[in-house]
Amino acid sequence: MPHDTLLLVALLLPFLGSLAAGFLPTHARNAAAVLAGSVAVAGMAITIWLYAMVAEGTPVQFWLSWLPMLGLDFTLRLDGLAWLFAMMIFGIGALVVLYARYYMSPEDPVPRFFSFLLAFMGSMIGIVLSGNLIQLVFFWELTSLFSFLLIGYWHHSASARDGARMALTVTGTGGLCLLVGVLLVGRIVGSYDIDQVLESRDLIVQSDLYVPALVLILLGAFTKSAQFPFHFWLPHAMAAPTPVSAYLHSATMVKAGIFLLMRLWPVMSGTDAWFYLVVPAGLVTLLLGAFIAIFQQDLKGLLAYSTISHLGLITLLLGLGSPLAAVAAIFHTLNHAIFKASLFMAAGIIDHETGTRDLRKLSGLYRYMPFTATLAMVAAAAMAGVPLLNGFISKEMFFAEAVADHTGSLLDDSLPYWATLAGVFSVTYSLRFILGVFFGPPPIDLPHRPHEPAHWMRFPIELLVLICLLIGIVPGLTVGPVLATAVNGLLDTTPPYYSLSLWHGFNLPLMMSLIAMAGGVVLYLGLRRYLESGIEGPPILRDFKGQRIFEKVLATLSWQWARAGESALGTRRLQPQMRIVISLAVVAALAPFLANGAVGTGDMPGTPLPPAFALLWLIGGACALGAAYQAKYHRFAALVLVGGAGLVTCLTFVWLSAPDLAVTQLLVEIVTTVLLLLGLRWLPKRIEEVYPTRPPLKVLLRRYVDITIACALGGVMAFLAYCLMTRPLTSSVSRFFVERAYSEGGGTNIINVILVDFRGFDTMGEIVVLCLAALTVFALLRRFRPAPESIRTPEQQRIQNAYDEASPDRSPGDTVADYMLIPRLIMHWLFPVIAVMAVYLFMRGHDLPGGGFAAGITLSIAFVVQYMASGARWVEDHLRVLPLRWMGLGLLTSCATGVGSWWFGYPFLTSHFQYVEVPFIGKMPAASALLFDLGVFALVVGATVLILIALAHQSLRSSRAAQVNEGGE
Amino acid sequence: MEIVLSIGIGLFTASGVWLLLRPRTYQVIIGLALLSYAVNLFIFAMAGGGLRVDAPPILAPGGVGDPTAIADPIPQALVLTAIVIGFAMTALFLVVLLAARGRTGTDHVDGREPDR
Repeated sequence: MPHDTLLLVALLLPFLGSLAAGFLPTHARNAAAVLAGSVAVAGMAITIWLYAMVAEGTPVQFWLSWLPMLGLDFTLRLDGLAWLFAMMIFGIGALVVLYARYYMSPEDPVPRFFSFLLAFMGSMIGIVLSGNLIQLVFFWELTSLFSFLLIGYWHHSASARDGARMALTVTGTGGLCLLVGVLLVGRIVGSYDIDQVLESRDLIVQSDLYVPALVLILLGAFTKSAQFPFHFWLPHAMAAPTPVSAYLHSATMVKAGIFLLMRLWPVMSGTDAWFYLVVPAGLVTLLLGAFIAIFQQDLKGLLAYSTISHLGLITLLLGLGSPLAAVAAIFHTLNHAIFKASLFMAAGIIDHETGTRDLRKLSGLYRYMPFTATLAMVAAAAMAGVPLLNGFISKEMFFAEAVADHTGSLLDDSLPYWATLAGVFSVTYSLRFILGVFFGPPPIDLPHRPHEPAHWMRFPIELLVLICLLIGIVPGLTVGPVLATAVNGLLDTTPPYYSLSLWHGFNLPLMMSLIAMAGGVVLYLGLRRYLESGIEGPPILRDFKGQRIFEKVLATLSWQWARAGESALGTRRLQPQMRIVISLAVVAALAPFLANGAVGTGDMPGTPLPPAFALLWLIGGACALGAAYQAKYHRFAALVLVGGAGLVTCLTFVWLSAPDLAVTQLLVEIVTTVLLLLGLRWLPKRIEEVYPTRPPLKVLLRRYVDITIACALGGVMAFLAYCLMTRPLTSSVSRFFVERAYSEGGGTNIINVILVDFRGFDTMGEIVVLCLAALTVFALLRRFRPAPESIRTPEQQRIQNAYDEASPDRSPGDTVADYMLIPRLIMHWLFPVIAVMAVYLFMRGHDLPGGGFAAGITLSIAFVVQYMASGARWVEDHLRVLPLRWMGLGLLTSCATGVGSWWFGYPFLTSHFQYVEVPFIGKMPAASALLFDLGVFALVVGATVLILIALAHQSLRSSRAAQVNEGGE
Repeated sequence: MEIVLSIGIGLFTASGVWLLLRPRTYQVIIGLALLSYAVNLFIFAMAGGGLRVDAPPILAPGGVGDPTAIADPIPQALVLTAIVIGFAMTALFLVVLLAARGRTGTDHVDGREPDR
């Protein structure tokens, strides 16, 4: 397989694995672990395979045209830096999977856990492999989402939910800032491609937009990497299962921010703005994190704050802007990932085997789990920066960089002292971790009796600690080449000289290390009494809780302000809202006239008025007014009157050369009337005389206001309509359709050609809407509970049934059957007639008025007529009506027609037509659009029938329910 | 003809809007039906070239259409779509109002009887 495809495979594997894990049975713990492990190992194998190419200095690239009109391509790019991160993501990922297999309880839905973990892994890989910035932000947001799911995995615990939500809110907000920042960079450079961005340092740094872009991008990176003041989400994310913490807070999630800083380091660093934004943030985070970590009583809390502190260290190094500092940053990122992952895993083992993570309860565990204890001690020593371990070397590099001169400012001059102080703190909390957990008197009242874990659960720690030692003792042989490759990937210039050896002679950094060690021990001894008192959190700072501020802000924004806004502006009553909306519509319609001066009517000659047309509209107007007047107390009359108004509309369409509209309007009118008739019986009885005397003033006033609004909008509409009708339309796309309907669409009925050919995609959207509406109706009616007083069978039916039951030779329903004998016969015989009519309308649709819509509704009327004639039971005994199938087939047919044109290399829904000779019928248009129209037809039949039948069935259902009720009484 | 049609549209609109502002759900559904007639006619009336009698947008087979000789097809195509969607909307609204009536025991648009 070519190298570039391998990159795509490495990116897709975790996502595919995630999908597969999601489909595993709920308790398939081993299968899910094997799947996840194989994905991670395969990813790692691919990454290692590609090393040879990357080490030569040319990034491996995969390229796919994505949105060419926006200048966006989907690119994957693996250079040295990305390689190192990918290796961490896959490598530590594999170990975490192994560890999680033993950590997770068989009762938990473990496949879901691995599914989230793999998706998260894929998103991280996406970030480091992205070859353009937009793509990077996309994967960035994905990591936020999946980390939310991972942190909240134990969703029954409130702290997990809160922690997950906080992490998502903070990192998601940062992600939005990052997106804007990236858009600014894209605007400056003119491209989002990382290669191009990396070449445009001068352009970016000199741009006016540099500072805003920098601030926004840093906001993204700082929130993700838990830099002060956004660090507070990280300790709360500790509510996640420990494997998640081990993964997210060592090698991945928080390192995404670091990766971004490194990725953009060559083009954005080295300016004053960069220095003064990044260095203080890093420094404060470094010191604060380390200081708070000392005072944690929760084992994972200690590790969380130490993570924050180490992230601060890396950020600080990147902020310094010198290439050597960047080398140290990369190196420390790697080291931190290794020792922190092993420490989190050790903490998880302690939690798992003892049942608690509370440092006040834990002590003297060495005698119960000597092996784990030794491993954890080595890892903690690496964290403290003890010689012969990997943390020592990168810490020495950090001290050396702190001493070196950068800008000569006060901040720069004081750095060595701050660095040493941070070193002191880190020694103290590492000591606390080791001495507090493993030494001292044997623990009392632990939930479980502690013992060594299963061997394979400990294996990842063993491996990681071994790597710590190897890097610490022979750095040049082990990590040297990899680091050189990563540095090559990061820096655009020749890498600076650096030495990875253990011993550089007695120099200032070594002195600082020694001071830090001694100071750390002294500080630990000094603080011992305070720590043993069992108070949670450091003195003074304890009272400042980022979480509380965060929650306060959230509550204010999303609750208090929202409520205040709602109570000031909103109402739960519909009518006032409608009044406002409609009044605004009147104002909006009149505003342009008021602004630009009144525009009179046009000067087009009017069409002569036939008296019949005037009469027609006299009836139409009367119908509308009557319906408005009667809709409250005389629903049936109102329904008839609306039908009248509909017929007038229909006749107007006929009159004014719109036969297609007339056909459709007439058919829809029928269906709508049946529909409303079916609905009528479920509405409450309403008898006039709600107000026996005059209505109260409030009601009258309301009515006058409403009449005024209604008349105003009616007047506006009439006026606008008249103005529009009397002036010519200057230009329109109609000409296009009229001229090409036949030559390119193969039909003479322009309306139909527009619907199924030129604008086929719109029609497709429309039938989907119809489909959704029908399904919603269906779903709503499945849970339909009618009002109690509407449940009884209607009076007429009751009388008829009583009569039938009274006479011995009749059975219930006979009277209706007698009444309906002749209509039923006619209606039965109408079925084929209407069906043929539907086919006819469909066939001629392309050339003459008709088409899929009209035909579909016609056929559904044929069905409905059967229901009306013989009742639902009879119809369903004799006729299999499967509206859902009709709908599904219709949608599939239209989609398939659309996709079919891809087969011939044309865009979606391109149609082809020709005329064919059909026996007995003659020459017939056979456009592929006809097939599309067939889909429309089937879907309309299905949707209409589904709606009507679902409603009709309610009577059956509730009469059954009523019978049960009456029988029970 | 234009003046009659525009007055008609105005009447339909006014009746529809009046019903839309009423408190009972059935009134609202009837109002929506009337309003959709009005809007459909309004869109239809916006045809370039004004109202046409006896000029349906159907071509003679084989010919190239003359846009000035027939009614404007675009508003008609739009309205055709609107009629069908209007039907779906009416059906959905009807079912929602029935369900609301079953659930709340009232057919008031607010889901509860106003305090009088």
